[in-house]
Amino acid sequence: MNNTELNRILIVSALLFFIGVYGFLTRRNMITMLMAVEIMLNSVTINFVAFNKYLYADKMDGLFFTIFIITIAAAEAAVAIAIIINLYRNFNSIDINDSATMKY
Amino acid sequence: MFNPVYIALIPLLPFFSFWLIGLAGRSLFPKYGSYAGTLVILVSFILSAFVAWQYFTIGSGGMTGAMHPQIIVFNYTWLQFSPSLSINMGIMLDSISVMMIVIVTFISLMVHIFSLGYMKGERNISNYYCFLSLFTFSMLGLVLSTNIFQIYIFWELVGISSFLLIGFYYEKPAAVAASKKAFIITRFADLGFLIGILILSYYTKTLDFQTLIRNASTPALSGDLIKSSFLGFSALSWGLVLVFAGGAGKSAMFPFHIWLPDAMEGPTPVSALIHAATMVVAGVYIVARLFPVYSMACPGALNVVACTGAFTSLFAAIIACTQTDIKRVLAYSTISQIGYMMFALGVSGYSGEPSLGFTASMFHLFTHANFKALLFLGAGAIIHYVHSNEMGNMGGLRKALPVTHITFLIACLAIAGIPPFSGFFSKEEILMAAWNANKLIYYVGLITAAITAFYIFRLYFNIFWHTTPPAHGNGNEATRDSHARKNKSGRELPVTMLIPLIILGILSVVAGFAPFGKLITANGTPLPMTFQPLFSIAPVLLAAAGIYTAYVLYGKENNLPQRAAAALNGFYRAAYKKFYIDEVYLFITKKVIFHSIGKPVAWFDRNIIDRNIDRTGESVSGLSFVIRKLQSGKVQDYAIYIVGGAVGILFLFLYITS
Repeated sequence: MNNTELNRILIVSALLFFIGVYGFLTRRNMITMLMAVEIMLNSVTINFVAFNKYLYADKMDGLFFTIFIITIAAAEAAVAIAIIINLYRNFNSIDINDSATMKY
Repeated sequence: MFNPVYIALIPLLPFFSFWLIGLAGRSLFPKYGSYAGTLVILVSFILSAFVAWQYFTIGSGGMTGAMHPQIIVFNYTWLQFSPSLSINMGIMLDSISVMMIVIVTFISLMVHIFSLGYMKGERNISNYYCFLSLFTFSMLGLVLSTNIFQIYIFWELVGISSFLLIGFYYEKPAAVAASKKAFIITRFADLGFLIGILILSYYTKTLDFQTLIRNASTPALSGDLIKSSFLGFSALSWGLVLVFAGGAGKSAMFPFHIWLPDAMEGPTPVSALIHAATMVVAGVYIVARLFPVYSMACPGALNVVACTGAFTSLFAAIIACTQTDIKRVLAYSTISQIGYMMFALGVSGYSGEPSLGFTASMFHLFTHANFKALLFLGAGAIIHYVHSNEMGNMGGLRKALPVTHITFLIACLAIAGIPPFSGFFSKEEILMAAWNANKLIYYVGLITAAITAFYIFRLYFNIFWHTTPPAHGNGNEATRDSHARKNKSGRELPVTMLIPLIILGILSVVAGFAPFGKLITANGTPLPMTFQPLFSIAPVLLAAAGIYTAYVLYGKENNLPQRAAAALNGFYRAAYKKFYIDEVYLFITKKVIFHSIGKPVAWFDRNIIDRNIDRTGESVSGLSFVIRKLQSGKVQDYAIYIVGGAVGILFLFLYITS
């Protein structure tokens, strides 16, 4: 009975994840790519919350993980934006293809 | 009874001065390095003379006492490999090592003093004294060794320090070549020595001399040594012959003698040290050290020693008659005299009357050290005065160099075996030992004695009488006169050069009267040395004949030498060219080894091995040239690889689990 609800939520989460992957692979703008990464992280948090609620309702572990992931995402966004600003200073652009000098 | 501290100081003092002069000499006391080295050797000599006095008198029950035992003063375990195998560093006193430390420190002291005058004004005088100290240290360590591995270590140290000293004038290409030649040839012989050591110590299961000698010479214990054989000879014979080969390399026995004449490129006092006391007697010493094994367990190896020694003594004496460089004459005479010592050991027995050879050999080593050092230092003084090594540039020097003349004459009489000079006594004993053991070797020794008298007086008359240059000198009269004029104003020689000459001259006269039979014998018990006047008639007459011939030929200027040389045309030229031994070596190394072995191997290396290695490298770099395109630098490409990889692994797992 609960599984149908869980399955629906998981489908939403999977869609969200692949939207994030697609966005990460296709967008050239680094800010947009960062947002795509955030979408992937959020899909994972949805998974955690859903599993916690439907499978282990008496425990809080999934919720704790969600909070951790949100915290880490915030920290990661700060680091990523710092990197992006530095890249912008060097290349005068935030297009990911303009900074393709790290190669053979 | 013996205090280990001051015995250990005998070798350690020169070692200390080696480091002191070598590290600090040039910067702290450039002027006084030579004096410091000499002073240290003087202390070392006094200590060793004291030890000798103690050993031969108090240590073993008086001068006339019965036995001279082997005493291990101390033995320090240096490297412990296993409970049964260790390398020790120690000091062993027995009659021959005590005799050797006295000779080594004494000759070294004389050379140090002489060099104060001879090497004055040289650029690297600190280095020179530093090397001399190292040389003395290594030779002292060698003679005091308690085990065969310790002797090998010092053996190689002697090799390296002789290399340094022969190549002292390293700006001269000839000196560099000579030092390399000496080093390579002795190293080559040392290979035999090392293998011999390994064979002996493997079968006797010890490195220690006393245990090794006991195990090898007791039939019950030496079973494996005799039983296991290779090419028809027992392991013991191989070991002993190989050890002798190492000794032959250091002692310049045929066919390893070719380095010694070239070693004359070093400073003359160094030649005195190498020839009289240190390097070349190392080979005699190792045979004497292992003598009980040679004589009791393997007479065949002892025969090899005797034959090699006898052949070398005659061979080198013949060559010495034709050389014109005075130092080369002396070099060949050293080879010849070392040959004497070797065959005296070779014909000797272990105990009783037949062991006369051992005593005679050590006796000759002792007297030879004196008069050969004197000959070389005298030659050094002459070269210092004339500035040339060639006999042709000398002649009539007896008025200019009176002290050198007298001392040189004493040394010549001693080496020629004229009574009552020291060489006479030791040579008599050697010939008597040979007469008792092997008549053929006796006649070889007798002929050699006559030739020795001839060539040494040829040298003497050419230097001090014979007023104008003989035919070999290529018209250097003008330069000779200018040198003579330049030097006539001053004194004969610096006093530091005269003192060693005079001391050695006195010793060359009296050394023959030392009671050697009571002091040094093969098995430690005194040996009555009988002196038979009748027996010595033949050698003395032959020596006198040799001297007379030399006088007739070279006493005054005449054309007899050229006529004699012309009469013996082919033989004379062969001897002048040293019987083409150098050419044979060159032929073997250049033509045979380099050309027919080295070249194919080099071709194989270059074209097969190197080519394959290159192919491997080329194919790897070609492959990496292709795959480096993957490193595009675009972050999203990498992300695709990651996603693709993750999906691939996912499908792989699905495939495996289903």
